[in-house]
Amino acid sequence: MSDGTKMSRRQFMKASALAGGGLLLACHLPFGALDAFAAGDAVFAPNAFLRIGTDNSVTIIVNKSEMGQGVYTSLPMLVAEELCCDWKRVTFQASPVAPEYNHAQFGPIMVTGGSTSVRSEWSRLSLAGAAAREMLITAAANEWRVKPGACRAENGIVLGPGGMQISFGKIAAKAAKLPVPKEPKLKSGAKILLGRPFHRLDSPAKINGKAVFGIDVTAPGMLTAVIARPPVFGGQVKSFDASRALAVTGVKQVVAVDAGVAVVADGFWPAQKGRELLDIIWDEGPGGQVSTTLMHEEYARLSATPGLVARKDGDAPTVLSQAKKRFDVEYEVPYLAHATMEPLNCFVDMKQESCLVRTGSQFQTVDRNAAARVAGLKPEQVVFETTFLGGGFGRRACTGSDFVVEAAQVAKAVMQPVKVIRSREDDMRAGYYRPMWYDRIAACLDDKGMPLAWHHRIVGQSIIAGTPFESGMVKDGIDDTSVEGASTTLYDIPNLQVELHSPKNAVPVLWWRSVGHSHTAFVMESFLDELAHAAGKDPYQYRRQLLAKHPRTMKVLEIAAKKGGWGKPLPAGHGRGIAVHESFGSYIAQVAEVSLDVQGNIKVHRVVCAVDCGRIVNPDTIKAQMESGIVFGLSAALHGAITLKDGRVEQGNFDSYPLVRMAAAPRIEVHIIASSEPPGGVGEPGVPPIAPAVANALFAATGARLRSLPMTPDKIRAAVNRG
Amino acid sequence: MIVFNVNGKERRVDVSPDTPLLWVLREKLGLNGSKFGCGEGLCGACTVHIDGYPQRSCITPVGDVQGKKVVTIEGIPENHPLKKAWLAQEVSQCGYCQPGQIMSAVALLDKKPKPTDADIDSAMSGNLCRCGTYGRIRRAIHAAGGKSAPKGGKEL
Repeated sequence: MSDGTKMSRRQFMKASALAGGGLLLACHLPFGALDAFAAGDAVFAPNAFLRIGTDNSVTIIVNKSEMGQGVYTSLPMLVAEELCCDWKRVTFQASPVAPEYNHAQFGPIMVTGGSTSVRSEWSRLSLAGAAAREMLITAAANEWRVKPGACRAENGIVLGPGGMQISFGKIAAKAAKLPVPKEPKLKSGAKILLGRPFHRLDSPAKINGKAVFGIDVTAPGMLTAVIARPPVFGGQVKSFDASRALAVTGVKQVVAVDAGVAVVADGFWPAQKGRELLDIIWDEGPGGQVSTTLMHEEYARLSATPGLVARKDGDAPTVLSQAKKRFDVEYEVPYLAHATMEPLNCFVDMKQESCLVRTGSQFQTVDRNAAARVAGLKPEQVVFETTFLGGGFGRRACTGSDFVVEAAQVAKAVMQPVKVIRSREDDMRAGYYRPMWYDRIAACLDDKGMPLAWHHRIVGQSIIAGTPFESGMVKDGIDDTSVEGASTTLYDIPNLQVELHSPKNAVPVLWWRSVGHSHTAFVMESFLDELAHAAGKDPYQYRRQLLAKHPRTMKVLEIAAKKGGWGKPLPAGHGRGIAVHESFGSYIAQVAEVSLDVQGNIKVHRVVCAVDCGRIVNPDTIKAQMESGIVFGLSAALHGAITLKDGRVEQGNFDSYPLVRMAAAPRIEVHIIASSEPPGGVGEPGVPPIAPAVANALFAATGARLRSLPMTPDKIRAAVNRG
Repeated sequence: MIVFNVNGKERRVDVSPDTPLLWVLREKLGLNGSKFGCGEGLCGACTVHIDGYPQRSCITPVGDVQGKKVVTIEGIPENHPLKKAWLAQEVSQCGYCQPGQIMSAVALLDKKPKPTDADIDSAMSGNLCRCGTYGRIRRAIHAAGGKSAPKGGKEL
């Protein structure tokens, strides 16, 4: 079962049929019916999230996508803690798409995102485990004719007075006949699982090559398709001649879809070969004029004009107009690709009355509904199965469902099982990037050197405008994801104004691991560092002074500084930088130690990270996510840039869009703050602080201040020469 | 007809000889452990051993492996010290690149049972990991280093 998601469909279809079309509505069923559909497999299914078999097996159904963040382990731990089962008997299954599995906070959709998996499911899954435990205990107590209060559960066994005991598996069928408690009580006392490091349940399948990712999905008679896409965004097919492509052995059909021209073959290679032989005339439309150089100029112009006000404390413009000395800076960051290691792909088997989609998605309900629209079916007629995701980072929660829609259109044209695979170049050039941003800030200091006014204008595309989420997520023209991290700064600055311009253009944009924070933390934490140096103060102490009202932020800052050896001597040419940022309910500080080689390449030697993410489930997962966020953020800080010229994306593969490799990966040390605060996220918040920590360390080492990402050798050399 | 040995078994495939080995393994032989990441030998997700050397199967025409011995992740025994170390160090996150990482690491240890950090840098820098598991990969290789490795070549 730990191979992943393969088992789920058969079982759920069976469950669904017997439950009269609903999905695992066990809690609304007469429990006798369960034995029938469980077929000797699971006899106890008190709710949508867990099943217990007569063999003591415990299956936890997980409604979050596993894309590396460890939810196939941390969410089962939440259930198992309250269930008091034997952890060694726990396996996981990916949930189907059904209302029971919708996000607990984001409304009626199933989605994995916003670093919310643990924190949004904590209560629901704890209660699911507790309810099952109470039923098992009551069933055993009834057998023994004792009071349930005289019994307890431990490690998969119900223990009664006088040494009586019975395993969960043996009592499960009887427990299934009891009513589900409406208000189950959570355990008191010490936690058995939570807070201790446990091995991931999905690791064995992943190191044996047995884990099924979307790209591994196959079916009898399945075809494989690749799509020739327009060279610019918004371009369309004017006409095409497929005769040469169709002559390639293995090519079966060539069909036009909205995304371009699809070559359908009996394998990836013939499809790819066929695509190269397509003769297509494109209508580029205005997309051919898009250029990031021109956009940069437009953004710079816009930043000189007032935008919509996202936060206003005091009166920054007036204070600045009266200041004796002010600091005016511009910061900029480029478009970024998610570049998941597994290129986007999607399997669809469409029939007249049904449709099966199997893919690695973070956005199941949205994607399923999109497939249904293409198919002309009702959403309930589409079975949507989630595989393992070879990385997500937001790309697989696409507001336009692009990779699902194109596969559904190809499937509709061929009416045979088909998998559309994007080559790396397709994946990198077909859009949905972290937006390019341009920031202009003016600030002045009080007579003690502390920030008195901070006037910040942010220019960049909204990732929400123009999507179905606009009405709920854009308020008075302000998309919070554009300004988060700046408008929400915890620094105590009496006159603070944050404004936003949201220009529109043809380049598709999307959330990218840590969303707005991926840019605002770099800007805020770099410029604050500049002000500290301008005031002649230590950047660490400067931050402490501004965070007096925020003990959690203060604490991570202090731990990172202490463990990172702040103020201690360094080898010649090395520098230390510090940054702290709150995002997704977690507080993180990082200290980076860097040096520069003769070519101007930054070497990051060591990163020390302190994190307060509230109550924790699996500490090793938290460490892993911090390490992951730091390396991910470092790739962007040092290398990442998607640029467009004449409408064409200039990058295509890992030669032109490099990522950090083994030799460049820093030593990373993670310190988790013990906390009883509500849980925060961990998948994303490790990313934002690393770029400014490195930029600040570069300044400490060389005196060069980089206000533009990525920090490439040419920019660094220019900044060093400027002095 | 191209004949070669995969994980100890003779295999015959009737495909165009320019087809990359990766797609033959995945689509014709049902061995999905080797992954497609870049198609240009830049990311290492498709790494397999050909006559004992780590190679990028996405840019290796299957015609070139005629008569050769290919070992994939499925052919590395489960009790291999590296696989055990990978579990002990909890390396995998999304897991997509890990088969390729392990194949590169197995080849490194075959050649150099106790590698230095510099050896690891040079042997492993062809394998990208977007989840940033490099530190754990390094620890796992050190942990497995020097332990006797059972030979690969058998189907699991």
